[in-house]
Amino acid sequence: MNKLNILLAGSVAALAFGATAAQAERGTDGDLKILFWQAVSTMNPYLSGGTKEVYASSMVIEPLARYDEKGELVPTLVTEIPTIENGGVAQDLLSMTWKLKPDVKWSDGTPLTANDLIFTWKYCTAPDGGCAQAAQYEGVKNVEAVDPHTVKITFEEPKPYPYSAFVGAQSPVIQAAQFKDCVGARAPECTSANFMPIGTGPFVVKDFKPNDVISFEANPNYRDPAKPAFATATLKGGGDAASAARAVLETGEFDYAWNMQVEPEVLATMLAAGKGQLVTAFGTQVERINLNHYNADPALGSKRSTKEAGPHPALSDPAVRRALSMAIDRDIIDEAGYGEAGRPTCNIVPAPEAYASTGNDDWCLKQDVEGANKLLDEAGWVPGSDGIRAKDGVRLSFLYSTSTNSVRQATQELVKDMWSQIGVDAELRNVSASVFFGGDPASPDTFQKFYADVEMYTNNFDGTDPEKYLAEWLCDKVPAPENGWQGQNIPRYCNPEYDKLVGELAKTADLEMRAELAKKLNDMLTEEGAHIPLIHRGQLSSHSVTLEGVKMNAWDSELWNVADWSRKK
Amino acid sequence: MTDAAIAVPTAASTPTRSVLADIWRQFRAHKGGVAGLIVFVFILLAVYVGPYIHTVAPNTINVRARNQWPSLAHPFGTDNLGKDMLAQVLAGGRISLAVGITAMLIAVSLGTLVGVLSGYLRRLDGPLMRVTDLFLALPLLPLLLVIIMLFRDTLRAAFGPETGIFILIVSVIGITSWMHTARIVRGDVLAVKSQEFILAAKSSGMREHRIILRHILPNVLSSIMVSATLGIASAIITESALSFLGLGFPSDFPTWGRLLFDGANFLQLTPSRVLWPGLAISLTVLSVNYIGDAIRDALDPRTLKR
Repeated sequence: MNKLNILLAGSVAALAFGATAAQAERGTDGDLKILFWQAVSTMNPYLSGGTKEVYASSMVIEPLARYDEKGELVPTLVTEIPTIENGGVAQDLLSMTWKLKPDVKWSDGTPLTANDLIFTWKYCTAPDGGCAQAAQYEGVKNVEAVDPHTVKITFEEPKPYPYSAFVGAQSPVIQAAQFKDCVGARAPECTSANFMPIGTGPFVVKDFKPNDVISFEANPNYRDPAKPAFATATLKGGGDAASAARAVLETGEFDYAWNMQVEPEVLATMLAAGKGQLVTAFGTQVERINLNHYNADPALGSKRSTKEAGPHPALSDPAVRRALSMAIDRDIIDEAGYGEAGRPTCNIVPAPEAYASTGNDDWCLKQDVEGANKLLDEAGWVPGSDGIRAKDGVRLSFLYSTSTNSVRQATQELVKDMWSQIGVDAELRNVSASVFFGGDPASPDTFQKFYADVEMYTNNFDGTDPEKYLAEWLCDKVPAPENGWQGQNIPRYCNPEYDKLVGELAKTADLEMRAELAKKLNDMLTEEGAHIPLIHRGQLSSHSVTLEGVKMNAWDSELWNVADWSRKK
Repeated sequence: MTDAAIAVPTAASTPTRSVLADIWRQFRAHKGGVAGLIVFVFILLAVYVGPYIHTVAPNTINVRARNQWPSLAHPFGTDNLGKDMLAQVLAGGRISLAVGITAMLIAVSLGTLVGVLSGYLRRLDGPLMRVTDLFLALPLLPLLLVIIMLFRDTLRAAFGPETGIFILIVSVIGITSWMHTARIVRGDVLAVKSQEFILAAKSSGMREHRIILRHILPNVLSSIMVSATLGIASAIITESALSFLGLGFPSDFPTWGRLLFDGANFLQLTPSRVLWPGLAISLTVLSVNYIGDAIRDALDPRTLKR
């Protein structure tokens, strides 16, 4: 009772002071309500490649440095960004040294040390761990402690762009003490650690209901005593994009909602209510159609879409893949589904400017039904009695799967209509977004399993350097039962030449040469039809007019600066 | 006694006509039933004959003419891809009604079979009714989701995507909605079974299956008819729910539930996208319910006597 009185008196005093002295004060602005219409299934981004998991966990666990809204690196847990100039990156590009801020504490009060970083690296690179972010640690030979607050990362080969491990929301530092028994195959079993990771970020998980609600409270040990301004945060999951947009823009029930993939005309009517506003940033999101290079015939059972299934009977023909791309009118898809928040593209790396290729624009950006038909004719695919092309008994009829979203379903219908003009049939299927992106290895409907011939979704890369993103199409990154379906090479594309070029990119230091190589790789993927890029999407989110401090970030987690958010007084 | 002796031959001379006419007379007395019948027949006609009058194909995309309000060319307006809504509502109605009627037939046959068996054969009563309880206790939607996930690919491979999913949805709805029919029929059978004319039939040496077919079934027909009409309504609604959840038929395959689902976001922009499929579902369900009500009244032996 006594203690409570003191606490109360203290908080009253703090409030009184807060009103006069400081502008910001931790926990003065009540509850922050965030709506992710794709519910979050885990708070451990190492176990799920989904954007929603990465974003949600970025409120709790942090990387050493992150990208700001302009795409520039800013230090979070370190004193400065290591560069060659300040001696943080070795001249031979074989190592780099991070200096931790001296007094960063985990939310449980213990100090953050070099040991945690070493552990994080070991955790994600452990065999059988199925780490979803393994690409971040690619080429890292060793992570060692110089002293408790200095970490040296050595690379196998000179790493011209070394900001990958521990940089960006996809590669946060986790606490060694909490995860020590969760390495390797045991990683998914550590439910409490995966759901409630101890972090250094502005919020702590108070309660986690998978695929539903996460309750946060302000981290009492956060390094900035004045932040976060919100005492608690609620991250609600589920629903659909349109209802999420409505909850922020029209009814004002939520403060922030992510990923407004809603028809532009519908958003316009919601905005009229004046309760919220849209924020957008063009990052690297590309809506693409992945073409399955392996056979996805349901008759193959659990073997489908794996190496044992063999090559796809129709999509393994390069002419088919190219024709499918040529038949698509990207302008119409953009107009019907994206409006201001999208532009037609033929690149998988659409930004930053220096990396954006124009190599395929001549044949791919404009619809060419005639050319596509000719290509298929030449390749021996002849229209049958039903108008669908076939060759040797294989019909050009594809199961076309995507997540449930009205824009995606509209795009599906448009694409089906365009493909029908070249004698290609599509069977449309949509799967609830929580399942499709849920990453549950037991579900047959996840995008990683790809039990369909073609599938459509959006992906992007964090930061401004596409090297590790382009490394996702390496032969050894194909999702398979052996790696828990965790690989990022969803189209199952495999080209030794491509692998070689990626290796070359990893060795090139000169920025212009890197851009050159990245463009070449990007062009290779489009040209060889690993996928069909459709729309370069702006990241479109909405926030309440009463919420201040939102800086839309296309290069890192959208919630990257959630510590700075506050309620408009 | 002499009265009855005279009455029987006259009834026997034109038995079917007079019974049907009686039923029809009774049916007509039920105003709601007549209105329901008119509406239902109108919907049936519109859905099956309509496409010959309004000849726009439901899946023709014209992005330039999207989100249009009703006009002469598009009496129900267009959706956000420029597809004609009237054509879609008509095409959707064919699917929804086919699903409703087929699923109802399955449910009613299953329900009647179980109901009659458990009502008539005492030893089967316990087990069959416990099975009924079991099915009643199953949560319908989660079960549907699991069944669809398990059998989707097999059926798709065997019958093609659309027929496959039609068979799946129809049988799933049928298999999960026979229980009420079974219970009602069982109750009726129990009541009829204890009456004297059954005892008479039994003592005359009539076979059991003949008793069931000739004496029991006609007497419980009224409640079967009622559950049938209610079954159509609930099957249409269940299919709508499935489509509304994004399951069921592929997304370019219009059904009333799917149209409603797709149109919900556009409620403020083009209200007619939600209005017409919603109205169609409501009117069909309502009219079918009224028809069922009227049929029950008409088949009720007590009202027939009057």
